[in-house]
Amino acid sequence: MRIVLWRLAFAVPLLLAVTFAMFALAKASPFDPVRQYLGERAMVTDPWITAEIRANWGLDRPLLEQYTTWLGNLLTGDLGESRSLRLPVAQVIGERLGWTLLVVGCALVVMLVAGLAAGTLAAWRRDSWLDRLVTGTAFTNEAAPVFWVGLLAIWVFSVTLGWLPAGGLTDAASTTVTLPDLARHLVLPVAVLAFSQSSWLLLFVRESVIGVLREDFVTGARARGLRPRTVLLRHALRSALLPFVTIMGARVPELVTGAILVESVFSWPGVAGTTIKAALAVDFPLLAALTLLATVAVVAGNLLADLAYTVADPRVRVLGVS
Amino acid sequence: MRRRSALFGAIVLMLSACSAPSQGPSGAPAATRDTAVLGLGSEPDSLNPVLGYSVDGGSLMYDGLVRRTPDLKLQPALAESLPEVEGTEVTFRLRQGVTFHDGRPLTGADVAYTYAQVLDPANNSPIRGDYAAIEKVESPDARTVVFRLKHPYAPILQRTTLGIIPDKSDISGNPVGTGPYTFVSWAKGDKITLRVNDRYWGERPAIRNLVLAYTTDDNARATRMAAGEFTATELPPKAVARFRNQQGVTVHEVPSADYRGVMFPLERPVTGDLAIREALGLAVDRGAMVSAILAGAGEPAYGPIAPGTDWHNPAVTGSAAPDRARATATLEKAGWKTGADGIRVKDGTAARFTLMYPAGDSLRKELALAVASDAKQIGIDVRLAGLDWDAIDQRLSQDALIMGWGSPYDPDYTNFELFHSAYAGQGYFNPGHYRNPEVDRLLERGRGTADAAARKQVYDQVQQRISDDAVWLYLVYLKHTYVVRGNWSGLTPGVEAHEHATGGLLGTVVNWKPAP
Repeated sequence: MRIVLWRLAFAVPLLLAVTFAMFALAKASPFDPVRQYLGERAMVTDPWITAEIRANWGLDRPLLEQYTTWLGNLLTGDLGESRSLRLPVAQVIGERLGWTLLVVGCALVVMLVAGLAAGTLAAWRRDSWLDRLVTGTAFTNEAAPVFWVGLLAIWVFSVTLGWLPAGGLTDAASTTVTLPDLARHLVLPVAVLAFSQSSWLLLFVRESVIGVLREDFVTGARARGLRPRTVLLRHALRSALLPFVTIMGARVPELVTGAILVESVFSWPGVAGTTIKAALAVDFPLLAALTLLATVAVVAGNLLADLAYTVADPRVRVLGVS
Repeated sequence: MRRRSALFGAIVLMLSACSAPSQGPSGAPAATRDTAVLGLGSEPDSLNPVLGYSVDGGSLMYDGLVRRTPDLKLQPALAESLPEVEGTEVTFRLRQGVTFHDGRPLTGADVAYTYAQVLDPANNSPIRGDYAAIEKVESPDARTVVFRLKHPYAPILQRTTLGIIPDKSDISGNPVGTGPYTFVSWAKGDKITLRVNDRYWGERPAIRNLVLAYTTDDNARATRMAAGEFTATELPPKAVARFRNQQGVTVHEVPSADYRGVMFPLERPVTGDLAIREALGLAVDRGAMVSAILAGAGEPAYGPIAPGTDWHNPAVTGSAAPDRARATATLEKAGWKTGADGIRVKDGTAARFTLMYPAGDSLRKELALAVASDAKQIGIDVRLAGLDWDAIDQRLSQDALIMGWGSPYDPDYTNFELFHSAYAGQGYFNPGHYRNPEVDRLLERGRGTADAAARKQVYDQVQQRISDDAVWLYLVYLKHTYVVRGNWSGLTPGVEAHEHATGGLLGTVVNWKPAP
């Protein structure tokens, strides 16, 4: 439990630093939030009205004052108003967080299952054509940007083959969210996100399984005449999984970026895609809250990985960390 | 052990959350005759009229005191009749028996509240400036609304197309109006769903369910239209080509008041010279701009008030083809002589200026390139600068800029701010610092006179003076292009505004009926 407290104590200054840096960047950016807010009407709005809106938002105040005001409101649970969506920030996040968790959750499961299976398979059939195909694809994928994979998937499965919808949450003509409709729209974003995040996992699993297969106790198990499958699943995979859990936590930032890109390519109405819109619209109340959320996700991911590690590996517990 | 099972439980939960039923209907449901899906480009930020949603009518959920017919005539909507506009007091009598979607009856208090919310600085309403002439709106009794103005303001009736919301309603809450459609749901970034209002006071629309689907990307919208997802959509001229000879779809080209032109900084040496501006007006090939850049969907422009509207002055005109001989003669007469490098010079000053355009706007970029190459032909060197708006802001008084404006509703709209000296150098209003006492007087008279015939004369003169002074170089009026699937009656195009907020032609969906 001590480790948790340590982590939390460390997280607070980190969150402060990240949000303050964001405010400083906002201040330094050449973009005018009022112009973005007015949109098409920026041209036909009297300069004195623009100045009034600026004052209403406190944009004419010094940076430190803007930041402390925001922080004070945050501590009282007030996240402010999103300027681009004209709604309270808390409501925007509340409405959208679920959709993001759905995509990311599904993608994580798909990625774990598929990555483990493909990695183990490649290790087991080492140096075969299958292994080469799997690892080759993984390396290529690691080099390919997520949005490009997403666009490619749209082109193949929606435009050319017409099997799956190209984006959105439901069909255009539907007036309610139904499960089959939602499921069809989930397939591509989930598959692309899972696929784009699974390369490192697959390669890691492959390497560690190969390493374990060489170890004495596995060779011993084989010599005792155990079935190859039992050896692989019971012995090799189990010890290969331990370091994997920690790495998983360290990969959360990648997952966050991946989710942002996938959501905007597939016009998925989640919080991640909203980040891009908030940035483009210079919607700082919303962007600040979303940055905070992403940072919390990364910190929490690392923390969970550490905890899972202590659960999974008895040796760590013996060392008296928990 | 307990922790391990918790982890396991979480994974099971996650898996079950993702398991989907194995069979579902395949393919998109075709839109039935009482459901229409409109594919639109830009999603509104808010659905509240107070925050600028669809203020010029064509709003599907709200009614204003007045509304516009497709040919831009005003009709009473929530008002019983069109009131007399004279002086600084305008009184409306409200229609009886109108209820909001939530069942509350409409009273004068709702109208007064709506306008008070627009004028309240705390709401940061983007449209507040449009209502600056209003001192306050009062409701002496349930059926009467009185507008008190700061000065006589003829366009006030045009402004009362603003949708009315219920008294004391929350402006960031769900939209409630009196209009032909009621709000069902809004998936932000995706679509808005509306249902017919069965208690509507006017004629109920034939289309019972309406989906407004938003896709920013033009190509994506064209693809979704081709795939049969949309009943109708708006597309740029170049993207409608593929639909022209298709079975079952019609392409509509609708004229608009939306012009593009060059704003000249009049206090600079080169662009401040009338001869240079006149010569450019003669030398640009507007016909080629329409055919090549707009794919034919446009018209040459010679002034700020669109042909096809009542206020257009037909005497202000020009030729679509360039007249280089006259342009050159104009320059020669004014003392601009060709220099060694082919660029004209007068008193040691080279005929050279910078023309800015917003870098992200490909249409304006192509127009800027066309202007520069046409100017080169007569010895004027135009340097191009593609910038973002924040950079353009800083240079408005020094460099020329490709700008777009235009409203078909009232000649006072934007033109007062663009040409009145009081607005010189006020942001994008009159950035060229045009100062002409006679035009100032005319604009003030046009705003303060209620009589339509007298106003028509005033604005004819304004158009003539602006043309004589070559304040701007007007290039083209855009046409808006739409693709509609199926046979409908009631699609009546009218001259459209610069903003696409109401979807222009698609905003007439309330009148669409399936053709037999």
